[in-house]
Amino acid sequence: MSAANLTGPRTLFRKIWDAHVIADLGDGFSLLQVDRHVVHDMGGRSFLGLKSRGLALRHPELTFATADHAIPTSPDTDWSSYSNPYLENLREGVKRNGFKFFEPGKPGSGVVHVVTPEQGIALPGCTLACGDSHTCTVGALGAMAWGVGQSELLHILATQTSVQQQAKTMRIVIEGVLSRAVTAKDMILHIVRKVGASGARGCAVEFAGTAISAMPMEGRFTICNMATEMGARFGLIAPDEVTLAYLEGRPYAPAGDLWRQALAQWRNLRSDEDAVFDSELRFDVSEIQPQISWGTSPDHVIGINEVVPDPQDEADASKRERMMAALDYIGIEAGHPLIGTRIDNVFIGSCTNARISDLRSAASIVKGRSVAPHVEAWIVPGSFDVKSQAEREGLDRTFIDAGFQWRNAGCSMCGGMGDLSREKVAPGKRIVSTTNRSFVGRQGPGSRTHLASPAMAAAAAIAGCIVDVRDFGATA
Amino acid sequence: MKPLIRIEGVAAPLLIDDINTDMIAPTRPRAGMTSGKMAEKEFDPAALFAPLRYLSDGTENPDFILNRPAFRTAKILVAGRNFGCGSSREQAVWLLADFGIECIIAPSFGGIFFDSCFKNGILPVVLPEENVRALAADAQQAASMLVDVEARRIHSGAFMRNFDLPEFRRAALIAGVDDIEMTLRRDAELKQFVARDRLERPWIYLRTGAQ
Ligand code: SF4
Repeated sequence: MSAANLTGPRTLFRKIWDAHVIADLGDGFSLLQVDRHVVHDMGGRSFLGLKSRGLALRHPELTFATADHAIPTSPDTDWSSYSNPYLENLREGVKRNGFKFFEPGKPGSGVVHVVTPEQGIALPGCTLACGDSHTCTVGALGAMAWGVGQSELLHILATQTSVQQQAKTMRIVIEGVLSRAVTAKDMILHIVRKVGASGARGCAVEFAGTAISAMPMEGRFTICNMATEMGARFGLIAPDEVTLAYLEGRPYAPAGDLWRQALAQWRNLRSDEDAVFDSELRFDVSEIQPQISWGTSPDHVIGINEVVPDPQDEADASKRERMMAALDYIGIEAGHPLIGTRIDNVFIGSCTNARISDLRSAASIVKGRSVAPHVEAWIVPGSFDVKSQAEREGLDRTFIDAGFQWRNAGCSMCGGMGDLSREKVAPGKRIVSTTNRSFVGRQGPGSRTHLASPAMAAAAAIAGCIVDVRDFGATA
Repeated sequence: MKPLIRIEGVAAPLLIDDINTDMIAPTRPRAGMTSGKMAEKEFDPAALFAPLRYLSDGTENPDFILNRPAFRTAKILVAGRNFGCGSSREQAVWLLADFGIECIIAPSFGGIFFDSCFKNGILPVVLPEENVRALAADAQQAASMLVDVEARRIHSGAFMRNFDLPEFRRAALIAGVDDIEMTLRRDAELKQFVARDRLERPWIYLRTGAQ
């Protein structure tokens, strides 16, 4: 079944897959070569497994690490003395096995899915695995990138391979020009709502269409980041000139002759015109509004001008029940708009929305304004390099002057584990967050999350409640 | 890994859709851990399904299925759609295995969770929704169920149905062979692939110690 079909029309996903098959295991499964393996702090424990089994790291030169999930993002962290057990595990693994580790607080460090493209570690046509479900983010470069559990991580450390099942393919074609103040984040929140939390389960989703080709690289990462929120295993965007311009000159990207050789292959990395996808969806995004989530599933999303849906209108009993539970947890009422809902926290950060363009967009809203007195608002850049760039542009001043906390790179409040669970939202508190998951307790036990774009989050911080960013003269 | 050949025992019905790994294992690292050794697998058995399993005052929710006396020793879980979606945290699988779950039957699973089950001695079985509902109804009676891995078949009262399980997975489960072991047996193939690929995509193979 998975025998390479090298002559007929193929999807982008299939082309990358075929180039990495080491062995066909039958029933659609193959053993695949992993070109890049990236480990973060929570995965550092897997090196214990390697050691206890007496195994060696098979390809140290293809293995990279960064610490992001549990580290502190407080600006006065003293890295010479800071440690935690996860970081210890990772450092020990690095020492024993000799591979590149971007030490926190140093150039190159940051949130894993921000770092891998930024450093040119993830490349078009490559396979990349990481012990994190948002690894699909870097599929935006035209890579086959997927998240694995800790046991699979160990398998990759020991073998540089992974057993994978040929995924069903889905193409999501997005057309139209976004209106003012509507961003890539709004686009993907809207699509997740329409496709549903499991609508693309297990699929390799290729995003295409004019809205994608017109989108800068950073927005494309935001799109692919949330593919997992529809249940997809992979998110991909075919590489084009935007991709190549983004990659050229990055530290681990090929240079000179190798770059030219790579280009020749990368230019063929797109789905053939008559390639058949298992399913295809089309969206026109010209009409969409800034989006915001109202519930506890990533598909619980509305446009800012809509009202919160009423569970009584939902025909599916199981969905209805979950909607009621979600409203109860979030503490809002059906049938009302979210605009005006008082908030306690704002978080601008994460692998979804903490790149330089995200910070610029938030800063354009914040400039000359102040955070509402009852709101605690944090800016957590996605990487050390994003932070430095923002500081060169003076964005830090804009945020600090407005009353935001300007912090170090890391996952921080996104997963509620920063500095080992100290960086989180207090129980019952309401947050507008640029992250990707609004699950129960995701940002801390009892936390109530509303997902939105950086501009929407910035506007909420100023207003002290959920607002329509377009009332803030947003241009981004 | 211990071989998984026949799984026989009580099945617990938990027909809620989209149960994510944060609900199965809502554990966070303990605040303020600054030193100390970590085990390769760390988890708190009491955390399993905590949002469902306990009331807000911290006591057990007597209505939650795994708290009911007949289901405290359940070996099989009959679950809703998209079970184990969300984050990649393997604690979710470890906690279920620790509880004694050896098989989860559902109409669909979260992808990473599904793969992780095989590596931790749990067999995830995908069955059509109507079969899962029928099995859940049987399970409500706390009747014993049999999952025959070797024959790829489920028996519950008069109900019998085959399920899909790739041959390489079946062989590994029955033999109790770990997948790292299986892959390392292909050492020559792994080396061959890299040798050939190096010529085709030299930019992938960075220099050792390139830092
Ligand atoms: S920023 Fe959030 S979603 Fe991204 S890797 Fe960190 S915890 Fe996961």
